[in-house]
Amino acid sequence: MSKAGITLATADPPAPTVRLPRRRGIELTLIVLAVLLSVYGYCAVGLARNGSVPPGAAGYGAGLGVLALVAHLAVRWRASHADPLLLPIGVLLNGLGLVLIYRLDLETPGAPAAPTQLVWSTLGVALFIVVVLVLRDHRVLQRYTYVSVAAALILLTVPILFPAVNGARIWIRVAGFSIQPGEFAKVLLAVFFAAYLAANRGALTYADHRIRWLHLPTGRVLGPIVAVWLVSVGVLVLERDLGTSLLFFGLFVVLLYVATGRTGWIAVGLLLASLGAVAVGRLEPHVHGRIETWLHPFASIEAGEGPNQLAQSLFAFAEGGMLGTGLGLGHSVLIGFAVKSDFILATAGEELGLAGLSAIFLLYGLLVERGYRAGLALRDPFGRLLAVGLASLVALQVFVIAGGVTGLIPLTGMAMPFLAQGGSSVVTNWTIVALLVRLSDSARRQGDGGAAR
Amino acid sequence: MTRHIRRAGLFCALLLVALLVNAARVQVLRADAYDDNPANRRDAITRYQQPRGDILVAGRPVTGSRDTGEHLRYERTYTDGPLYAPVTGFASQEYGTTLLEHTEDELLSGADPVLAPLPLWNDFTRSRNAGGDVVTTIDPAAQRAAYEGLRSRKGAVAAVEPSTGRILALVSVPSYDPGLLSGNGRTARDAWARLNADPDRPMLNRAVQRTYPPGSTFKVVTAAAALDAGVVTDLDKPTDSPDPYPLPGTTTRLTNGSRGCEDASVREAFTWSCNTVFAKLGVDTGVADMTATAHAFGFNDGDVRVPFRVARSTFDTTVDRAQLALASIGQYNTRATPLQMAMVAAAVASGGQVREPYLVERTTRAGGGAVSTAGSRPMRRAMHPSTALRMRELMRDVVEKGTGTNAAIRGAVVGGKTGTAQHGLGNSGTPYAWFVSWAQGHEDMEAKVAVAVVVEDAAANRREISGGGTAAPIARAVMEAVLNSQDGPATW
Repeated sequence: MSKAGITLATADPPAPTVRLPRRRGIELTLIVLAVLLSVYGYCAVGLARNGSVPPGAAGYGAGLGVLALVAHLAVRWRASHADPLLLPIGVLLNGLGLVLIYRLDLETPGAPAAPTQLVWSTLGVALFIVVVLVLRDHRVLQRYTYVSVAAALILLTVPILFPAVNGARIWIRVAGFSIQPGEFAKVLLAVFFAAYLAANRGALTYADHRIRWLHLPTGRVLGPIVAVWLVSVGVLVLERDLGTSLLFFGLFVVLLYVATGRTGWIAVGLLLASLGAVAVGRLEPHVHGRIETWLHPFASIEAGEGPNQLAQSLFAFAEGGMLGTGLGLGHSVLIGFAVKSDFILATAGEELGLAGLSAIFLLYGLLVERGYRAGLALRDPFGRLLAVGLASLVALQVFVIAGGVTGLIPLTGMAMPFLAQGGSSVVTNWTIVALLVRLSDSARRQGDGGAAR
Repeated sequence: MTRHIRRAGLFCALLLVALLVNAARVQVLRADAYDDNPANRRDAITRYQQPRGDILVAGRPVTGSRDTGEHLRYERTYTDGPLYAPVTGFASQEYGTTLLEHTEDELLSGADPVLAPLPLWNDFTRSRNAGGDVVTTIDPAAQRAAYEGLRSRKGAVAAVEPSTGRILALVSVPSYDPGLLSGNGRTARDAWARLNADPDRPMLNRAVQRTYPPGSTFKVVTAAAALDAGVVTDLDKPTDSPDPYPLPGTTTRLTNGSRGCEDASVREAFTWSCNTVFAKLGVDTGVADMTATAHAFGFNDGDVRVPFRVARSTFDTTVDRAQLALASIGQYNTRATPLQMAMVAAAVASGGQVREPYLVERTTRAGGGAVSTAGSRPMRRAMHPSTALRMRELMRDVVEKGTGTNAAIRGAVVGGKTGTAQHGLGNSGTPYAWFVSWAQGHEDMEAKVAVAVVVEDAAANRREISGGGTAAPIARAVMEAVLNSQDGPATW
């Protein structure tokens, strides 16, 4: 236990039961470490490229440090029992993402993205602080079940009115900023799913037809599920966004399973998902092309058209090998379009190697694990489902995009949480971490002798 | 619910494991295959990320590197590109490398593991050494003399140092500027298309990659074979040969360009280049002895590298007597590269020894430390030393009073042999003019230079194409350039 923790603990009035350690000191130490690692990466890029520490290193470090410190103080003030790993992981991934984007900016001097990303990161951390300060109890969110789903559907449908960008209608452009409303919709949908399932899980669990060992739900409760499935496919067809629809549907199936404990749901989910995938894969040329590319990443080379993005991405990962080329020394820029967003992981893979890439995957794994742990520790079904839902959201998104760029599954355009360029994504992910901080705080507080409100 | 949360957590863990396993597959197991994919530009980017090592002539680089700031950053440049093109070849980002740029590529590009400070060091640090330099044996004065001597006439010159085999000059005209091909843009593509479409084939290195019928210059080989075989014992004794000479077993009669060849002595026949005498001499010597001597000079050896490959010079070993008669005067299937004929002259000049020709004196690291030096080369005996002495006499006579007087140099002993080779269907082509020679300064212990010149250009007047008239002055200029270099070419 850290010294800071002791000081705080002794400052509180004496409690009747044994207090859980709050571990705020550990969080602070880890944050300092995360900031130092990011600054080190920033300096390493400059040293590798120009032989000198980049002039902005101190400012970058100070900026990131102040942001992280303010966030830490907010947690210390309003969520003092929160899991000490969540915030440092967010800081480290965000910091590393800024380093990678800054590094790629050096290859594309005409279109710097790091400054904008820094602004969005600041906004994200600000939102984190707001959520931690304002949302004193996660159960408040249950009141907004239907507001959430309505807002989510509006956010999902708005981009259909805007022109398609690179084959997908998922952006809206406002005053020079492009926003991906689907990103925000993820959190709202997670809230809605958690609240809806927490309220209806009894009906979903026990109303069924039984065909041999397989329990199938009745039509009445199946309705909303089919509705969600239709929305997912609708998103896919209208916005041509395979990744988001996969994410929504996966999230829903996971939460349905956790809420009801019925394997039948998984069977139904898989059946519907594969039906949808096959139908869309056949009908949509955009999606069909993605699947072809996944099956034959080098077909375009053999056809004499040069390597496509996936082939370039694989080349980048392969070049990295075990230890990587070192920050600033790779050639992932050959991937071309979307190298800073969807394909950001290829830069990490090439320059940090399998070692660095595994470390990043494990960081995400740890983040998800902390979310699940909070879910396990919480008592109320809504809280449990929300924690599991948000953690699964991160897990599924990492899997879909990381699996896509490494050739494990068909590639779908999606942002790597925290790492990738994309303001909406960063802000959303900070919100997710803020909610997880709140949930873990409640979880540990309730085990702490009834301090939960 | 707890149980199901755990199961869902397990599912997420499985996703993580799948990602990790797949990352290991891509980054480690399949990495080599992806790295070697020709569409992967990383190799090229690394290769051109640093300046290429230089090729040096007499201590001065004739190559350079230009920072283009492009993705493939450094491009090759050449000073006097056309002059040294038959030595350097080109190093193109689009079309690969040739000649020295090709054979020494590992060293020049810095990829050669011998440049690494420690074994496997570069594999570990992923660094690449600065490109090493290649120091050539070329004598710039001789090279320039040969190039300017040929001027706009098609042809080639090869010069070697007889005592070592060092190549002093390697010239091919028409030439081209290899710098035009260095880049990867439109200029390079246009130049490539134009050079390949040119009927004069400027990218052909005539000095080593092309064979010509050697014509009368091959009589040096025939005379040496006859002397070694004992067919001729006295150079001044009449040879009992008719003029014209009926080719054995045929009704074809071989004639001479010059008169006085009937029953001439070997000395007279060599001085005035009598076809009849040497055709008969070749037949008298026989296929076996002719072949043995031709092999000893380097004919029929397809594996000569200087370090780039030299085209195979041929002496047909499956000939009847009529064909042997023609082969012995450098016609029929007898063909030789200019470099091979320079080696023939060098063998006479150095007491019958043939040294393997070489172009790279040594290779160095970027800092100047030696990586490798030429060292001693294998040598073989082409003829008996006493035969070599008599061949020297014969070749001196040619320059002093015969067909090669144009090659005489004041203050030096010069031996030579002219040649005018017929070719084409029914010998209709413009003849190739040949001259092979060696020179030794009066104060020198040994011959300093042996040279072979071939001029293939079509002249307005067919009679002007002759070894003595066209090729000998070029050979003289090259030999003078070598002799005038302070104590020979710079030694390293």
